[in-house]
Amino acid sequence: MSLTTDVSRTASRPGTGTSRSGGGEAQASRRRTRMRRERIFQWLFLVPAVVYMALFFGYPVVKNVVMSFQDYTTATFFTGEAPWVGVANYATVLSSSLFSTSLLNTALFTLGSILGQFVIGLALAVFFQRKFPLNGILRSLLLLPWLLPLIVSSAVWRWILDKDSGALNRFLGDLGIIHTGVPWLTSTSLALIAVVGVNIWIGIPFNLTILYGGLQEIPDELYEAGSLDGATGWKAFRHITWPMLRPVVSVVLVLGVVYTLKVLDIILGLTNGGPANSTQTIATQSYDLSFHEFKFGEGAALGNVLVVISLVFAVLYLRASRRAVDE
Amino acid sequence: MTMQLARQSAGTATAPSRRSWGYTALAVLFLAVMLFPVYWMVNASLQPNGTTLETSWIPLKPDFTGYATAISEQAGNLGTSLLIALGSVALSLAIAAPAAYALAYFKVRGAGVVLFAILISQMIPGIVVANALYTAYNDLGLLNSIPGLILADSAHGIPFAILIIRAFMNGMPASVIEAARVDGAGHVRAFCSIVVPLSRNSLITAGLFTFLFAWSDFLFALTLTTTEAVRPVTLGIFQYIGAYVNDWSSVMATAVLASIPAIVLLVAAQKYIAAGTTGGAVK
Repeated sequence: MSLTTDVSRTASRPGTGTSRSGGGEAQASRRRTRMRRERIFQWLFLVPAVVYMALFFGYPVVKNVVMSFQDYTTATFFTGEAPWVGVANYATVLSSSLFSTSLLNTALFTLGSILGQFVIGLALAVFFQRKFPLNGILRSLLLLPWLLPLIVSSAVWRWILDKDSGALNRFLGDLGIIHTGVPWLTSTSLALIAVVGVNIWIGIPFNLTILYGGLQEIPDELYEAGSLDGATGWKAFRHITWPMLRPVVSVVLVLGVVYTLKVLDIILGLTNGGPANSTQTIATQSYDLSFHEFKFGEGAALGNVLVVISLVFAVLYLRASRRAVDE
Repeated sequence: MTMQLARQSAGTATAPSRRSWGYTALAVLFLAVMLFPVYWMVNASLQPNGTTLETSWIPLKPDFTGYATAISEQAGNLGTSLLIALGSVALSLAIAAPAAYALAYFKVRGAGVVLFAILISQMIPGIVVANALYTAYNDLGLLNSIPGLILADSAHGIPFAILIIRAFMNGMPASVIEAARVDGAGHVRAFCSIVVPLSRNSLITAGLFTFLFAWSDFLFALTLTTTEAVRPVTLGIFQYIGAYVNDWSSVMATAVLASIPAIVLLVAAQKYIAAGTTGGAVK
């Protein structure tokens, strides 16, 4: 098994081969098998991970593509039959009136969440660049919203946003801003805004942490040199901080988009896609099709649409991260 | 660096230090706004049952009936969640640590492809995985089972754990491992007795996060269970808020209990959490 013992064994048996050149050949081929064995051994460390990734990421993707071309319903589980239907699932899903609603909601949800998380996260990251007592502890406590189970956050916010006795309405009422309860989660025009708001709250810590790390990497000398040229405050941010932070910014934004596109927990917990589909996204609709209507084929088709959208951003992400590595 | 520090402390009398405490006050204000929902969760969990009309802003007379209900109804689910999370940590580390070692140290052929696959896996929506797994689990009899959920939940943790541990192992001195190999230790021995102890910190970080991921999992709990037999606490909370809620104190008490791992880890294992948040995201 080990290299060194093998070497000493061959060394202690000189001239056992038929001729010197033949022995050299045999030795060379033995070394080759040893190398191959070594390589196989090294691969064995990787095999469990590769098998797992293939079963829990590779297989689902392939299986979803297959299912999306089949009439896969509850009956399939009993009969084992899933007739091929070509692109019928895609046609049904894409032409339904709900699809355009979900697509628009997905876009608004993603855009609104990312914008809010990023702007507030960046502002806080810049703020925490200052040196003041307790900076580190306060900053790490800010991580809490991000570490809580999403369904816990949904439950808490549902109670805070409650129309009749939620904390937000009571607070606004006490200030005299509102006089009747605002139906944050039960009005078709407000629910999406409320859901975006909650998702911003969840995403701020992540943005803050990564952007703070990026800001720390910018050398102090740049700011010192800049201040000699009169670049302070906003000017310093525009001409020094922002250009230097660009690679980190692109990674944060694209990762944010990819994570936000597939959000399910928060929406299911807060509104379950309602009221009247006003917070239905592609992810929640796909869940609905598969696990409430038991049209697994259509759910798979819609899931694949989501995969394609994510992949577009995945390409952006890989390009962004490669640029970040290069710089 | 030292000069800068010296300059700062020398040139500053009372005014800037007062100003820096002003920043602290501002930061505390930000924190208070951001953590208000957490405060509200605790506050609401301590309110007496039923009277949802006027929750007081401060729990002056804490009432623990919410917790009594939560524990009597959710203790089993909390246990299920704990079992699944611990199982997922064990499985994830057992799979991720050797893989990270192979990627960082051996630089095996195809390592690039594996890393690429890990990155791409992050783009796959959970609902796509759940959709396909449901049918496979149905055939394999893994629905409503703890092993089934451990396997599925590790999908949150394994890619992350590989990246975190590998990033750490990249910085590990190769000479230490080579020395052990020269002394006759096989690959497995070298891995167990040298690599694992050396990477202790990254293994703890990865373990903590895989625990949190599996503990927080909601999607697989929701889709891969069909009966009451196996029910993680996240699903218990969802069931509470799915119906009309008239007893918020026990819902919030359950939410507090479900938040304990995150809160404990943030306070007790801050170092590892900080390492995980920065390491996993960008690398």
